[in-house]
Amino acid sequence: MNVMYLYAVVAVLLFVIGLHGVIAYSHLLRKIVALNIMGSGTFLLLVSIAYGRPEGGPDPVPHAMVLTGIVVAVSATAFGLALVRRLYSETGKPYLPNGDTEKSGR
Amino acid sequence: MNGIVSIPWVAWAVLFPLASAILSFLLGQKRVLWAGIPGVFGTFLSVLLLSSQVWQQGPQRYAIGGWRAPLGIEWHVDGLSIVMLLMTAVSGLFISIYAVGYYSRQSRGHKHSNNLFWPLWLFLWAALNGLFLSADLFNLYVTLELAGIAAVALVTLTGGQVALSAGLRYLLAALLGAMSYLMGVALLYASFGVLDIRMLSALAAPGPAVFISATLMTLGLLIKTALFPLHFWLPPAHANAPAPVSAMLSGLVVKGSFYLMMRLWVEVFPSSLWPIGGQFLGVLAGAAILWGSIMALRQGSLKMTIAYSTVAQIGYLFLFFPLASPRLFIAEGEVSGPGLYAFWGCVYQALSHALAKAAMFMAAGNIMRVLGHDCIGRMDGVNQRLPLTLFAFGLSGVSLMGLPPSGGFVAKWLLLKAALEKEHWGLVLIIVAGGLLASAYVFKVLKHALAQSSQNDLLERVPPTMDIPTLILATLSLLLGFTARPLLSLLTRGSIF
Repeated sequence: MNVMYLYAVVAVLLFVIGLHGVIAYSHLLRKIVALNIMGSGTFLLLVSIAYGRPEGGPDPVPHAMVLTGIVVAVSATAFGLALVRRLYSETGKPYLPNGDTEKSGR
Repeated sequence: MNGIVSIPWVAWAVLFPLASAILSFLLGQKRVLWAGIPGVFGTFLSVLLLSSQVWQQGPQRYAIGGWRAPLGIEWHVDGLSIVMLLMTAVSGLFISIYAVGYYSRQSRGHKHSNNLFWPLWLFLWAALNGLFLSADLFNLYVTLELAGIAAVALVTLTGGQVALSAGLRYLLAALLGAMSYLMGVALLYASFGVLDIRMLSALAAPGPAVFISATLMTLGLLIKTALFPLHFWLPPAHANAPAPVSAMLSGLVVKGSFYLMMRLWVEVFPSSLWPIGGQFLGVLAGAAILWGSIMALRQGSLKMTIAYSTVAQIGYLFLFFPLASPRLFIAEGEVSGPGLYAFWGCVYQALSHALAKAAMFMAAGNIMRVLGHDCIGRMDGVNQRLPLTLFAFGLSGVSLMGLPPSGGFVAKWLLLKAALEKEHWGLVLIIVAGGLLASAYVFKVLKHALAQSSQNDLLERVPPTMDIPTLILATLSLLLGFTARPLLSLLTRGSIF
C-alpha cells in the first residue's frame, strides 16, 4: 500500500509540473511537452490504481484506459506538433501572437 | 416484429457519420460529396428514427459488442441525450447544405480545404453523437478529445497565420481541459472502481476524493465550454474559421461539454457539492453574460461580435447551476418548481442558441462573401444585396434577445421564472440586462446593414444553397417557441428528473 501512495504522489507531482509548464512557458513546443507530462502523471495514477486491488492481480480496466489514453495523447501531440510547424513556417516564430484576444478586430 | 423498430439506431447514429467520414476522405478530390451527402442524410435519419424509438419505448440502453458494464462500454439514450442529438442533427443538416454552396464557389483557390471539410465535419458529428450517447466516464473523455481535435482541425482549414494561431490556442485549451477531466476520472475510479455513470450515481458519497475530482472535472469542462474567464480561446477560434465551421463550433461543439457538465452534476456528484458549486458557477455565468455582451457590442467586425455573443449566451446555459437544485425535486416527485424550470430553460437555451447562432454565422458568411469583408461600419447596402440573409440575421437576433415568440424567449422566460421563484434578484437583473445588451448589438449590425449603399454595383451573389438554409435555421429558432410542449415532454422522458 505504501508503494501505491508513492506512485500516487509522484503522479500528482508530474501532473502539477506539467500544468505549470503549460501555463508558464510561451514556447509552443514546451507547452506540448508539458501537456504530455501532465498526461504521464494521469496515466501513472491509473496504472497504480490497477495495482492496489485487494484480491491480488492487477485490475485490467485502468490498463485499458491507459492504453486508450496513450493513443489519444499520441494523436493529439502529433496534430499539435504539425500545427506548430505550420505556424513556424508561416511566422518564423514558435510562439502564439499574444494579447489580441480581448481587443476588437483581428 | 416491425423491422425498423428492432434496428439499433443508437449504433447507426455514430456508425453512419464515422463510416462516411472515412469514405469521403478516401474518395478525395471531386468525389468527396458522394460519401459526404449520404453520410449527412443517413446520420440525420438515424437520429430521427432513434428519437421515435425513445418516444415510443422510453430510454434505450445499448451494450457495444454485447459486453455489459462494468467491463464493457454501454450507451444510454434518455430524453436529454435525444434532445441534444436532435439539436445536432437539425443544425448539422442545414449547415451541411450550406457548406455545399459555400465550398462550391470557393473551390477555385481552396481545393484542399474543401476536401478535408467533409471528413472532418463527419468525424466531429460522430464524436458529438458518441458524447451524447456514452454512459461511461472514460468513453466520454475519448469522445470529448475526438470532438476537440476534429474542431481544431476545422478551424485551421483555411491555413494562414491567424487561423493557425487561433487553432493552436484552441487545441492547447482543449487538451488542458481534457487532461484535467481525465485526472478527475482517475480519482473517481480509484475511489469507487466503476466508470458507468449510473453505477457511480449510486456509489458516489461525499468525501475529499470526490470533491477534488469534481473540481478537476468541472474546471476541465469549463475550459472546453469557454465559460468566462476561461473563454479566451473562443472568440479568435470561432471568428476566424470558415462560416460553416463557425456555425457548428458556436452552435454545437460548446454544447457537448456543457451537456457533460450537466450530467455529471446532476447524476454523479453528491448533492452536498451543489451549494458551493452553484454559487461559484452562478457568479461566473453572470459575469459571462455581462462581459460577453459588452465585448460583443464593442467589436468592429461582424464575426467577432457574433463570437462574443456566444460567450454571453454560454453564460445563460450555466445559470442552470445556481437555479436548479439536485434531486430535490426528484425526491419529492413534483412536476414543477424552480429546479425543473431551470433545467428546461437551460436545455431550451442550448437548442435555440444552436439554431440561432448557426444561422447568424451562416448569415455572416454570406455577407462576407458578397462584401469581401465583415467590418460592421462598412456594411451599407447589405439590405439591397442580401435581403433574405439579412432577414435571417434579424430573426436569429430575435431569438438571442429573447423576444417572443422565439425559442430564446421560452428559454429566458423559464430561467427568469426560476430566478424569481428562488429569489435570486441579482440573476434576474442579469438575465434582463443580457437581453437588452443583445438587442443593442443586434440592432447595431442591422442599423449599418439597412443603410442605403452609395454604389449600386452587384459584386457577387450567393447561391440559394447558402441563403435558404440560413433562413430555414433562423425560422426554426423562432418556431421553437411554439414547440415547447412536445420537446419538453420528450426531454423529461426517461430522464432521471
